[in-house]
Amino acid sequence: MSYLEFLAEFGPRFVDGSVVTAMQTVLAAALAIAIAVAMGLMRLSRSVPVRWFATVYIEIFRGTSLLVQLYWIFFVLPLFGISLEKFTAGFVAVGMNLGAYGAELVRGAILSVPKGQWEAALALNMSPAKRMIRVIFPQAFLNMLPPWGNLLIELLKGTALVSLISVADLMFESKQINSTTFLSAQAFGTALVIYYVMSRFVITPFMRWLERVMARKMGRA
Amino acid sequence: MTKETLSDFPLELEGADVPMVRFSKVTKRYGDLTVLDSLDLDVAEGEMVTIIGPSGSGKTTVLRMLMTLETINEGVIYVDGKPLTHMPGNGGLVPADNRYLRKMRANIGMCFQHFNLFPHMTAIENCMEGPVHVLGLPKREARERSEELLEMVGMADKRDQHPSRLSGGQQQRVAIARALAMRPKVMLFDEVTSALDPEVIGEVTNVIRRLVAEHNLTMLMVTHQMGFAKDISDRVCFFFGGRIEEQGKPEDLFGNPQRERTQQFLSAVKEAS
Repeated sequence: MSYLEFLAEFGPRFVDGSVVTAMQTVLAAALAIAIAVAMGLMRLSRSVPVRWFATVYIEIFRGTSLLVQLYWIFFVLPLFGISLEKFTAGFVAVGMNLGAYGAELVRGAILSVPKGQWEAALALNMSPAKRMIRVIFPQAFLNMLPPWGNLLIELLKGTALVSLISVADLMFESKQINSTTFLSAQAFGTALVIYYVMSRFVITPFMRWLERVMARKMGRA
Repeated sequence: MTKETLSDFPLELEGADVPMVRFSKVTKRYGDLTVLDSLDLDVAEGEMVTIIGPSGSGKTTVLRMLMTLETINEGVIYVDGKPLTHMPGNGGLVPADNRYLRKMRANIGMCFQHFNLFPHMTAIENCMEGPVHVLGLPKREARERSEELLEMVGMADKRDQHPSRLSGGQQQRVAIARALAMRPKVMLFDEVTSALDPEVIGEVTNVIRRLVAEHNLTMLMVTHQMGFAKDISDRVCFFFGGRIEEQGKPEDLFGNPQRERTQQFLSAVKEAS
């Protein structure tokens, strides 16, 4: 079977798998960003229990394996009465894991905003919430975009693990095709190329574009 | 910060000549280092007081404490007759909470050495930020107020530029307009010309000259520009070691300094320039 014949036969399944991978990536990214912002801010809180909570979260989700976390969420949580559908369990695990990494990016970016900006906002008598929302966070956001680009690529690749709980993503389809045809090079080679295209030609250009747009908004362009 | 109740300070200043700003026995320490040492300083309404002195003498700390950027160790600061660092409570004065501080802070505006304009906002957005998001003015009114002030500081034609497109002198003029847009009773200028190239210092000092000439603002200024201080101040305070070593009318302090440290400082400054 030539590679073209292989593609003609299995192309639609690679497409289906890629769509699921894309959906997992988008949903996990949304969750990761929400968690990262929340935990990053909590790490900077003045309240010790709040700081402590965020630290424990980050330590647990950064310090243990994503695969183990995925199995926990899918196989162990039901024992405590929390059952998630496999598709949901997949992006929740990936999002919670990458969110812990993102929290440190958020925290670092907020701390990188010059002290003078905090002082100027205080001199204008802004409330702590207004200071953060109007002055500090917009500047921190621009600073954290480049490392977020990296993290989102990590996240995309991390979604391959959801195939292990039978979410029919790109990796799952490739494995299925491999086990029925034994055309390993074609099956996994195609998956490899698709992952590369998604990160290199979708995520990276999107982040570059976002950086340009934000830089222009900030008057830096 | 003192946690206990202070009972030997008045809850409010009363009488005919209540100063706009009063430092009453104010001490500020960083660890073992005493930056302000039981400082007493009154500034009358409408008065322009300039603080000079060697670095480390505590002059910037005076402004930062008034802006509530630093906490107080001992003593009380009053603004417009009311305590700033403390609030009435428990039969005396207790350290001010955040809510009280926010109320009192509205009286004070500050300009910084490094301008600290918000880089993600244009000149006019910088000026409108406080009026809209702190004072709650309608946008149209805030814009009118900001345009007027930018006009006054000669920056009306750059209103839609971001700070990155402005020179240091231009940024500082916008920063002055931004502080004034909040209509403070007391304005603080913390070495506002120190970070500027020599050729643009004049455009900033001219704005401050106009403020002094045309408005009845109470102003406190820390500067190294002795000539400028001499021209526009009602009173000059020479700080040394966290205390006022000597103070007086500019012509007296610069023309005929009484204390040895003042004489040394002024002749050292003269040699350097």
